Amino acid sequence: MSLDIAVMQVFSGISLFTILVLMALGLAIIFGLMGVINMAHGELMALGAYVTYMTAHVFEKFMPSLMGVYLFFAIAFSFIVTFVFGWILERGFIRFLYNRPLDTMLATWGLSLVLQQTYRSVFGAQEVSVPMTSWLEGAWEPVVGIQLPLNRLFIVGLTIIVATLLYLALFKTRWGLKTRAVTQNRLMSGAAGINTDKVDAATFAVGSGLAGIAGSVFTMVGSTNPLTGQLYIVDSFIVVVFGGVQTLLATFLSAFVISQTQTTLEYILSGSMAKVTILLLVVAVLYFRPNGLFSSKVRQ
Amino acid sequence: MIRTGNRFGILSIVVLAILLLVILPNVLDPFRLNLVSKYLVFAVVGVGIVLVWGYAGILSLGQGIFFGLGGYLMAMFLKLEASAPELPDFMIWSSTEVLPWWWVPYHSLAVTLVSIVVLPTALAFVLSYAVFRKRVSGVYFAIITLALALTMTVLLVGQQGYTGGANGITDFRTLAGMSIISDEGKRILYFVQVLMLLAVMSVATLIVRSRVGKILIAIRDREDRVRFSGYDTALFKAFIFTVGALFASIGGALYSVQVGLITPTLVGAVASIELVIYVAVGGRMSIIGAVYGALLVGWAKSMISENFPTIWLFFIGGLFIGITMFLPSGLAGLFARFARNPSRNASPTAKFQEPVK
Amino acid sequence: MSGTILAVQDLSVSFDGFKAVDGLDLVVERNELRCVIGPNGAGKTTLLDMVCGKTKPTRGSIMFKTLDLTRMGEYEITRAGVGRKFQNPSVYEDLTVLENLEISYPEQRGVIGSLCFRRTATLRLRIDEVADQVYLREYLDIKAGLLSHGQKQWLEIGMLLMQEPELMLLDEPVAGMSPREREQTAVLLKKIAPGRCLMVIEHDMAFVKMIAHKVTVLHQGKLLAEGSMAEIQKDERVIDVYLGH
Repeated sequence: MSLDIAVMQVFSGISLFTILVLMALGLAIIFGLMGVINMAHGELMALGAYVTYMTAHVFEKFMPSLMGVYLFFAIAFSFIVTFVFGWILERGFIRFLYNRPLDTMLATWGLSLVLQQTYRSVFGAQEVSVPMTSWLEGAWEPVVGIQLPLNRLFIVGLTIIVATLLYLALFKTRWGLKTRAVTQNRLMSGAAGINTDKVDAATFAVGSGLAGIAGSVFTMVGSTNPLTGQLYIVDSFIVVVFGGVQTLLATFLSAFVISQTQTTLEYILSGSMAKVTILLLVVAVLYFRPNGLFSSKVRQ
Repeated sequence: MIRTGNRFGILSIVVLAILLLVILPNVLDPFRLNLVSKYLVFAVVGVGIVLVWGYAGILSLGQGIFFGLGGYLMAMFLKLEASAPELPDFMIWSSTEVLPWWWVPYHSLAVTLVSIVVLPTALAFVLSYAVFRKRVSGVYFAIITLALALTMTVLLVGQQGYTGGANGITDFRTLAGMSIISDEGKRILYFVQVLMLLAVMSVATLIVRSRVGKILIAIRDREDRVRFSGYDTALFKAFIFTVGALFASIGGALYSVQVGLITPTLVGAVASIELVIYVAVGGRMSIIGAVYGALLVGWAKSMISENFPTIWLFFIGGLFIGITMFLPSGLAGLFARFARNPSRNASPTAKFQEPVK
Repeated sequence: MSGTILAVQDLSVSFDGFKAVDGLDLVVERNELRCVIGPNGAGKTTLLDMVCGKTKPTRGSIMFKTLDLTRMGEYEITRAGVGRKFQNPSVYEDLTVLENLEISYPEQRGVIGSLCFRRTATLRLRIDEVADQVYLREYLDIKAGLLSHGQKQWLEIGMLLMQEPELMLLDEPVAGMSPREREQTAVLLKKIAPGRCLMVIEHDMAFVKMIAHKVTVLHQGKLLAEGSMAEIQKDERVIDVYLGH
């Protein structure tokens, strides 16, 4: 395989990677902190996608001249809306299921069904898409023969920025310090005066916000319908379980490995066999490293 | 924790038997009676889930895998019988020229029945024992089962020439010569279904009443302690998971017979998780509860899908949320509480905590 | 009849670079009641974790009579005759005291055996006997979750007794008990020691004095001193590190 094709092959897996990374990071910080898996995480992503769609619509109708920048507002709104929704969800719902992670899975699954139907009732069952931003059309050709679509580059850039901001927030802010403390030792943190309730709510909200951004990103590569959330959710779980939740880097690398393996396999095998192979590989890896590929031995 | 006292246990079984064997067959028309057969199919699966989830604390979001295996194995037999001497219709449409070698044995009812019992069971045991030995459990295990259910759906849909693809396998007519689509046939099948359910419930009750039942509860609540009492807990968990898989497989096979078709939608995540709600509604530790749960939710589903189709997802989503938040012990728990203290208005959530692993 | 029940040699384990136990040598004989003491973080619980199989050492061997415990899984070690009581009382809260003891009965612990298990008269006698020893005879039908903290500790000891172990590992058996309960526990432990080997971790020096034949002091994962209680209390190094006064 020539270098050109190799590079473009890697790049075509990028959009899957970015969405998976954003989703998985959100899932991972929630799971690492609270031990809960939010089965409605995909619907939060869909919420972000729908918010982006509506923002585009509003801009188109009332401020057509600003269409070139609607995207930035859309991304911000997606984050804000899903952040707030996540906060309300945690305070009003999730926290009553504290200490019951399996029941939380079932309850949030119920929530995802309710949300799916809500989207269907509000937006309709058919797909909706957002208009392409003019300055993102086309491709960048750094070297003759290698064409990198601009919108994909934008997505990669956005993801890197978001991941960096998340890293900074977790390691350089007070909130981040509190969150890491509670993740490692909830009891002691509470005894030391940290308001663990607030940390739970804030972290859940941030995780949800990340899903919202993922949804925004998704609108740039596909059209949205009520079942969009279901497209990526199982893959996101796989990424989290495969990489382990010990560090964000683990989640990041896991998303990269899985997305690249998937797109490469899809190139070689048929679509369905690629998925089957990935899943079997993941189960095999988990057999040898049950806490995730990148986890280390910790004292119980 | 709810345990049906002996008095109530026998009484509720008698009531159920009368309901199923006497009342319903004489009150319902053949179409509705066949619907009840379908609900009872899910009850069979549900009894398995009571053992695996209620007693051993293992949440499997992939019972559809074994349901599908049993269902498709039976479907192969029924389809071959219906299409003989030609190839099944979907194979002809997909230009499959020759019957695949692994379809051939399913001309025989004996092979089919043995496969339904043996294949999913062996798969379940090997898989679960390996995984439980590695101390994978709880949320991680649930996600793995979910992923495997998804894998199986993808496989079934992708291999259209061999499995009927997204449409599944349909149009069964007879089972070893007896018609399964005529009214009399369906009536006979109804009684067969009830008997199978009672058999499955009996086996489950025997397991639960034995020492194994207590060990499973102990494993659910404090697995490491049980290891230090000298038990190979992975083996016990694998055992009960396998029993659950066996019941699911039998359920699937019965589904093919009762409903006359099998599709990949019954294998996937949505269907697998839906199986859990029947048990959650009935009471996750109540074998009888699973049956009532299946009947009630099944009936609700039929009624809502007929009259208000858009409401269904709201209904079942709300059911998941409501039950886990306000009624974790299900209807059986409610019943037991009122039976003990008819005057006291007990708080619904009380002390319901999941085990610390 | 005397004999070495437990022989630990050059035992070490580290977690992420931290050496919890470092080159430890230890020998315990039959009929001995050995107390292991030391400041927090000395490696006492980790030592017990390794003997019962909860943690795997990075170096060294643990010989229980002729068996190398480092190669065995937890339930195998238990079946071989080692019983462990945990720091936080670890009983089956949803089951009654009787059922807790019954589960600990060392017969028919396989799946088939458990399916066919019947509550025989012999079993019932044994349960009554053990319940008597641990002061829980009147509580047999009470759910274990409803017992007091001290009673849960006794129940756990009872569960161990049902298993008829040759080596009993007790991690802080009197933590949280009243003085009266401590006395009762001391009586209990002295009664069950003959014919067995007991290894007890404790912080309560008065209690240790009541029961110990021999005392081992650990510090920073290593053996600091060993001897009778009287010798230990006079040992300079021990006073420096631990006993203070």
